[in-house]
Amino acid sequence: MSVAEAPPSDASGRGAAFSGAAGGDELTIVEPLIFERSRAERRAVRFPSASDTARAAGAGQPELPASVIRAHPPRLPEVSELEMLRHFNRLAHLNQAIDLNFYPLGSCTMKYNPKVNEWAAGLPGLAASHPLDPQALSQGSLELMWLLAELLKEISGFAAVSLQPAAGAHGELTGMLMARAYHQGHGEGDQRTKVLVPDSAHGTNPATATMVGYQTVTIRSNARGGIDLDALRAALGPDVAALMITNPSTLGIFEDQIDQVIAAVHEAGAIAYMDGANLNAILGRFRPGEAGFDIMHFNLHKTFSTPHGGGGPGAGPVGVSERLAPFLPSPMPVLVAGDAAEVRANARAGRSTPGAEFALDDDRPRSIGKVRSCYGNFGMFVRAYTYIRSNGDGGLRTISEDAVLAANYLRVKLHDVYDLPYDRLSKHEVVFSGRRQKREHGVTTLDIAKAILDHGIHPPTIYFPLIVEEALMVEPTETESLETLDHFVGVMREIAAQAASDPEAVKRAPTSTPVGRLDEAAAARRPDLRHRFGDVAGAPAAPAVEATGETPTA
Amino acid sequence: MLDAVGVASVEDLFADIPASVRASEWDVPPPLTEQEVRAELARLAGRNRIPEVSFLGAGVYRHLIPSVVGEVIGRPEFATSYTPYQPEVSQGTLQSIYEFQSLICELTGMETASASHYDGATATAESALMACRLTRRSRVAVSAGVNPDYRRVLETYCSGPGIEVVSVPVDLAEGGDGTTDPAAVESLGEIACLVAAQPNFYGQLEPMRELADAAHAVGAQFVAVVEPTSLALLEAPGEYGADIVAAEGQPLGIPASFGGPYVGLMAARMASVRQMPGRLVGATRDVRGRKGYVLTLQAREQHIRREKAASNICTNQALMALAATAYLTAVGPNGLREVAELSAAQARHLAGALEAAGLAERRFGGTYLNEVALRLPDAARRHAALAAQGIVAGHPLAHDEPALRDTLLLAATELTTDDDIQRLVDALEKTR
Repeated sequence: MSVAEAPPSDASGRGAAFSGAAGGDELTIVEPLIFERSRAERRAVRFPSASDTARAAGAGQPELPASVIRAHPPRLPEVSELEMLRHFNRLAHLNQAIDLNFYPLGSCTMKYNPKVNEWAAGLPGLAASHPLDPQALSQGSLELMWLLAELLKEISGFAAVSLQPAAGAHGELTGMLMARAYHQGHGEGDQRTKVLVPDSAHGTNPATATMVGYQTVTIRSNARGGIDLDALRAALGPDVAALMITNPSTLGIFEDQIDQVIAAVHEAGAIAYMDGANLNAILGRFRPGEAGFDIMHFNLHKTFSTPHGGGGPGAGPVGVSERLAPFLPSPMPVLVAGDAAEVRANARAGRSTPGAEFALDDDRPRSIGKVRSCYGNFGMFVRAYTYIRSNGDGGLRTISEDAVLAANYLRVKLHDVYDLPYDRLSKHEVVFSGRRQKREHGVTTLDIAKAILDHGIHPPTIYFPLIVEEALMVEPTETESLETLDHFVGVMREIAAQAASDPEAVKRAPTSTPVGRLDEAAAARRPDLRHRFGDVAGAPAAPAVEATGETPTA
Repeated sequence: MLDAVGVASVEDLFADIPASVRASEWDVPPPLTEQEVRAELARLAGRNRIPEVSFLGAGVYRHLIPSVVGEVIGRPEFATSYTPYQPEVSQGTLQSIYEFQSLICELTGMETASASHYDGATATAESALMACRLTRRSRVAVSAGVNPDYRRVLETYCSGPGIEVVSVPVDLAEGGDGTTDPAAVESLGEIACLVAAQPNFYGQLEPMRELADAAHAVGAQFVAVVEPTSLALLEAPGEYGADIVAAEGQPLGIPASFGGPYVGLMAARMASVRQMPGRLVGATRDVRGRKGYVLTLQAREQHIRREKAASNICTNQALMALAATAYLTAVGPNGLREVAELSAAQARHLAGALEAAGLAERRFGGTYLNEVALRLPDAARRHAALAAQGIVAGHPLAHDEPALRDTLLLAATELTTDDDIQRLVDALEKTR
């Protein structure tokens, strides 16, 4: 019996099915959906029922009208705590993760997340703090937010920081709304309709520009992988609202003409926005605010090591120059009593400042408004603050030094076997191309990524940035040992050799993962997005697939 | 390693930063050991005062978080992985999101759900933008009964593409029932959607079916903003005609944590799925015919479509979605109903006890569920006096709506005890 036809394992009350997979001798784990484990009246948690006192006291209150009552209870799963825990633990086993595997996913900064950060975020005094508690009861949360914003200002060289945006793309949205508000404040809101974005940019940059009502103009990169200054100057004009630029770029390259880029943007009256996704490479070496950028978003989940959580939650605070500060989202944590320098100095020494008082300032008439409920992803602030204080001045500098050294080490160790379209000093990451393997052996970057899976390593980001053919974007981060890097080098060289000697073997990969290559085209053609409970005759269909189709991507 | 790279020093690795823009000295504190950093964080946590008794809700609710939920989301395979770009080694995250999508569809009575949204407010804003794309209209109507934070976020999101936001009033008159009038919708012109909340921000139950009908009568989508635990008792939005559902997922096993991280729930009709923002997981087969899960319908998304994407959203709020999935699994249908029933019973207890003691009266007619607006004389002063004793008597509504002076919004959950209510009554007695 092949695994594909295996009945849901709970039918016999057994656990997940471990069977020899068809055509292979490895063991495969098949975990049914939680709904398939459900049995009537099983449960993990019980709740008390209302007391007689409660019933009597509430007796005169209005009853729920029958018209608003639900006809059928939701079919949630009914399982014991043990069954539930085994289910999720088995699912967990199907994942690669930083805590298990090297995870050099370019652009994502998959560094180790120290566990003391989790300890801090779980402190009951912080985790149980309600965002609308009277501010007198929330002084610790407010002080933490204020201190973190102060540290981020210092690290980035910006005049002010809002912690409110919930993710990097959300920070971009916040930043571009501020750029727009700034131009409107100068009577140029209608005239400036374009946002310039290099062709190496993250997809979020042009998508953000659209969400703010701007038209995106793509600026090409030059032969060295930097932004083409002539193309930039030609595109700049009185109709340009901003340049959004990632620095170091998605090629892992520092824009070595960044001073001229900023000057040209300012000369045209536009806003210089820096996507701070790659800040991990430049801590203590380059402060974007000091260098003249007007706006930048941080990715706390990247640079400041809050866990990625399978894709979220993140946090995307924005820093701005003085002239943009009035437009920051509202409210802002502020110190309303006490001296800022004294509070900072005391916190440095681990002391509270007598008489200091924090509040949320919501009287910000020029603010773009709120971008999120409450004040942001506070739990991420706790982790980032813990991380920054743990590392401190010297530690933060070392982070960037080690991250850059690791990326350059991989560059020199692999550039003879994989093409390197931009062979320059790397910052946090290095982008190889699998074009040689594709041209000479018919082995694509997708094949190479799948082969990496068989070595227990998470593949690099692939097919991004778009300007590199068959891109393999490798970001090792500072937390990996030399042995891990050398092992990765060995694996990559072995796969390159196999691509030449036995290309079909590479194209068959992966063979050791819980499932093999999945049919993404079929998934998009006939979307199956939820469990059906076996009682739905005709499932509602999605409209026809758009012509754009699906592209393998990272 | 420096030798291998061919540089003499670490400094050489940063030679590409132009001298004119190199960082000057910064003032970042020195590093701390683990015991030192723990002391600093314990200091800050200790500066908060967690109330002994709280009736505060207003969008964020203190429910029991079963221990097993923390165990599940603490698994490093979930916490320290990333967006499942490589499905062969991400089936844990992918299957759990598929289960989340299934649970949210079941709870809401909708056909598709996504796990990408930051919170209820941004899910609401994205829902309104989605309705604009679906109807090709650029005016959005929002009931004044929607959480004021959500309305503010919605206005911010709409300001970008120049979408007009009109407010549909709630009956705040003395003796009114604190709900949205469906008859007011007709005169709003070409609206893309009507957004209304159940229960609304004031705790009142809205005539959702009539509001949905009114929206549909003018060719608009109906966006229902709901509280997820209430759906154990209340009619599913899919039943009363919602086209899009948005909700704050925090009540489902996520701590208050001073406002985040949470997860925004978003669900819709299958016919609209290609305008839905955020990551979606679909079931498929692998090369050997084995069932598996992948990110799908990615042609909607920023990394493929760039400036033509449905949204710039990149997040996949997986870990918080997993908390909601684990919570709904732990409590099951009976547990969720008990949570909703006990929350409602204690809200009735609370309102009944305060009314019986002559301390407060309900501000609105109509019906409420787990949260009730009560009027009591000199509310602001008494709220502050109780807070100083570690009792938070709900949320003063005058913050959000001047017409609701002397009105407190008090929430109950299954964690609200009879003693808590007695302590509130006693404390209010002493501030008469």
